[in-house]
Amino acid sequence: MQNQIGAPKGFSLTDPRVRAWLFQIITVLAVISLGWFLFDNTQTNLQHRGITSGFGFLQNSAGFGIAQHLIDYKESDSYARVFLIGLLNTLLVTFIGIILATLLGFVLGVARLSKNWMINKLATVYIEIFRNIPPLLQILFWYFAVFLTLPGPRAAHSILGYFFVSSRGLNMPAAIPAEGVWPFVIAVVIAIVAIVVMSKWATKRFEETGVPFHKFWAGLALIVVIPALSMLIFGVPVHWELAQLQGFNFVGGWVMIPELLALTLALTVYTAAFIAEIVRSGIKSVSHGQTEAAHSLGLRNGPTLRKVIIPQAMRVIIPPLTSQYLNLAKNSSLAAGIGYPEMVSLFAGTVLNQTGQAIEVIAITMSVYLAISISISLLMNWYNKRIALIER
Amino acid sequence: MSTHNFKPDMPPPGKVFGPMAWMRNNLFDGWFNTILTLVAVYLIYLIIPPLLEWAIFKASWVGTTQADCSKEGACWVFIIQRFGQFMYGYYPAEFRWRVDLTVWLAIIGVAPLFIAKVPKKGYYGLGFIILYPIIAYFLLHGGAFGLENVATSQWGGLMLTLVIAVVGIAGALPLGILLALGRRSNMPAVKVVCVTFIEFWRGVPLITVLFMSSVMLPLFLPEGMNFDKLLRALIGVILFQSAYVAEVVRGGMQAIPKGQYEAAAAMALGYWRTMGLVILPQALKMVIPGLVNTLIALFKDTSLVIIIGLFDLLNSVKQASADPKWLGMATEGYVFAALVFWIFCFGMSRYSQYLERKLDTGHKR
Repeated sequence: MQNQIGAPKGFSLTDPRVRAWLFQIITVLAVISLGWFLFDNTQTNLQHRGITSGFGFLQNSAGFGIAQHLIDYKESDSYARVFLIGLLNTLLVTFIGIILATLLGFVLGVARLSKNWMINKLATVYIEIFRNIPPLLQILFWYFAVFLTLPGPRAAHSILGYFFVSSRGLNMPAAIPAEGVWPFVIAVVIAIVAIVVMSKWATKRFEETGVPFHKFWAGLALIVVIPALSMLIFGVPVHWELAQLQGFNFVGGWVMIPELLALTLALTVYTAAFIAEIVRSGIKSVSHGQTEAAHSLGLRNGPTLRKVIIPQAMRVIIPPLTSQYLNLAKNSSLAAGIGYPEMVSLFAGTVLNQTGQAIEVIAITMSVYLAISISISLLMNWYNKRIALIER
Repeated sequence: MSTHNFKPDMPPPGKVFGPMAWMRNNLFDGWFNTILTLVAVYLIYLIIPPLLEWAIFKASWVGTTQADCSKEGACWVFIIQRFGQFMYGYYPAEFRWRVDLTVWLAIIGVAPLFIAKVPKKGYYGLGFIILYPIIAYFLLHGGAFGLENVATSQWGGLMLTLVIAVVGIAGALPLGILLALGRRSNMPAVKVVCVTFIEFWRGVPLITVLFMSSVMLPLFLPEGMNFDKLLRALIGVILFQSAYVAEVVRGGMQAIPKGQYEAAAAMALGYWRTMGLVILPQALKMVIPGLVNTLIALFKDTSLVIIIGLFDLLNSVKQASADPKWLGMATEGYVFAALVFWIFCFGMSRYSQYLERKLDTGHKR
């Protein structure tokens, strides 16, 4: 539309450039006036209701208990600390969910491609069932129909004598730091650094001389041997504290509350169905000619998969996988339906009701999710750029 | 001369054809696959027989109260007794025919669009899109033409779920197309506004949007101007969904070859005619499957209105299973709700796959 031959000189309403300017000015004015309209209304409404705006309320004492907190919390702590607890709980669910859903999703995606008819159909049925049921319904189902109907702690199902599943959640042994904990952590860090250095050296040597190096086994040896040495010298890093039944409930150990269990389980099961489809289409997008070419070069099945198929499939898989991770992070807010204390139910629910600071609370909540979304997509974009096809 | 008689055909070798060969090729192809098959069979054995026993063979179907149910299987009596509530919520029983009529009108009205031979489909479709919402509004809400007013707070069940999904997508579609046009525009100010709008709504969960529409919308509007709860939820859903629709439509527009724009410019078409007559008809046709997928996502998301206290299908089930007369019926209730949601979503996803095959006219490269 630019640089039209014979466009009228000077000012004319039929000139596309003039029109573009006018249109943009109108848009900006409309947005500004809409913003001003909303702002002005809000100001008047707040005044009439006697609500003072501002973030000062964050310093006030909360005065209510929270079922699960990863950091220390007392009822007299401030709303700011409540916010932090909600944020950590959201991140916890997202983190566990992403790991489990990725594992399950990849297994299902590969199963969906299996030549074995039975496995193939089982995976298909799983995917078609779980991705067509709303996640909130799945969360409610797991919570109300499964976990809350489990027997109480006294009749808990025991798994190997260390884990106990009951209506109070999953009780498991807790790791209590012992004298060897810091040397152990340092040893692990050293091992990881050593693996990175080794891997770089091996890749460089392979590219220069073509001599392969068993990166995987060497890496495994490093990560096992160095921490094991630290344990021998400085003592064990943790003591295990077992959960024990005392009276009507378990004492000691760690507990995953039923809300957390229901939420992670439902989100994992739901998201895994989508990830499986992404994995399947990613692997199928690599043409069969690639496999044949690799075979004709003398590569066996394993190296063909690792060095030819997966690197190409990953390029197709990563972008939609990222958006599934984002969806999982956003879906963790569905915890509001069962009262798991994360961002939305704790902060946008309880804190909002107690303080009445609607605008500030909702703004904080939304910016947290925006921040999570942006950081996951930045991370994945960086990774995507690294593995993207460099075209000639 | 003796005639030559062919010998009868031998049966195909059992190792290559027939069920045994099929099993050998697909189930017991090597030791690894054999183990997988056995594991799969064991899994099916673990899941299917108890499930069938619970859901069908030992289930109770007839009766009126919880006492009529045996404890061994599912108690479908609960679902049958509360079916009206799950479908219509608290919509008065004597007016429920209006809801049924609205649904039948939609089905009968849409049907001609799916028959290939109907002439003037475009005009018919346009007329339907304009007339139907008006008729549906008066049928459901009443308040005119001698129909009694039924407040939206009495709406519920599957009916409310459908209302939110249909209104949501119908409202989000035009807004989404405008946003997509804005995002592809050459004008920086328009583009920035649209990108910000789209990315903002895509970055936040629907729950916070619903929270916002229920607690913040009253603050944003002039005093005295007040919406009912359903309308506020609908506004939130439309704004949220329009961002997703915009991204789908943008995908379609990006797939249109540049030659189409240039050809339109060569024909001296202006911006709106280029878009309306050349680009959008092709782009929209291409993204219909994507739009159906958006609709599926929206349909599943309607269940979130539970958070702001609307009684959609899921909330009706939750409410009913908390009734002291029917304690312990949560499983049956949720299984029923899951089945209803599943039928809708699965049906739509199959339809979208069918469309994808049908509309694949070779534009994709």
